[in-house]
Amino acid sequence: MLDPIERRLIAATQAGLPLVPEPYRAVAEATGLDEAEVIEHLRRLLASGAIRRIGAIPNHYALGLVANGMSVWDVPDEEVAAIGAQVGALDFVSHCYERPRHPPQWPYNLFAMVHGRTRAEVLGKVGIIARLIGPAARSHDVLFSTRILKKSGLRIAA
Amino acid sequence: MRVYDPTERAILNGLQGGFPLTRRPFRTAAHELGLSEGELIDAIRDLLESGRLSRFGPLWNAERLGGAVCLCAMAVPQERFEQVAEEVNAFPEVAHNYQREHAFNMWFVVSAERPERVTEVMAAIAARTGLAVYPMPKQREFFLEFKAEV
Repeated sequence: MLDPIERRLIAATQAGLPLVPEPYRAVAEATGLDEAEVIEHLRRLLASGAIRRIGAIPNHYALGLVANGMSVWDVPDEEVAAIGAQVGALDFVSHCYERPRHPPQWPYNLFAMVHGRTRAEVLGKVGIIARLIGPAARSHDVLFSTRILKKSGLRIAA
Repeated sequence: MRVYDPTERAILNGLQGGFPLTRRPFRTAAHELGLSEGELIDAIRDLLESGRLSRFGPLWNAERLGGAVCLCAMAVPQERFEQVAEEVNAFPEVAHNYQREHAFNMWFVVSAERPERVTEVMAAIAARTGLAVYPMPKQREFFLEFKAEV
């Protein structure tokens, strides 16, 4: 569970930092903390991984990265860690996860999200992954997104 | 493909992480990008207003905050797709929902502070729609920070 200070910090920053010269002071005023405490808490949350990073969070669609392919792979369970580490290190793979199979409809246990400007570009990148994995991939597929049905950020009440 | 001016390009490519934790962070970051503090703030505001940035600030990792998250897939009959999308989206715990080209054509993320609540919501969606909800929880993550280059 979140501690009360984390909860207040999330509520005050989940929509973004105030665009003012002293944004952490503005967050401090909104949360009832002082500026040094805000900075120190954010530093610790960043170090622990609770905050992935602080900066510009681009909108991939608006940047022209409109083709979004979820590539999915059926690889042997005993090799998924080694293969996942290699695939996750590719610079065009934004997320790479091991997930459970649901046979027979869903044989895939490794997911790698690939973004590109066109479907052809995404498929070309998926081809690079296929060559990297080689025959260890018993089957694979690419699921293109055709529509965002809902997208809301993290919502934590203060 | 739109063209970015050098300031926008510098912000998008150079400021996806590492924003300073100092009293005047925009001034420090602006200096590194060869801008003034005011120019950087204005440029970020423009990028936000035009929708090219979704946000500027911390990217919180929901799971590390003690919450639970589960990706789920459903195979929705085409003729019921819009209605089912509404039913699924009506749950506040459904954060993202994407239509994808596959027999499993609806992919959504259920997140809640309590893990039991995630299970409850998946069961409620299955009951409400009469369709199977396939849980696809993350078992292991192979993570590399994404950098969208423009």
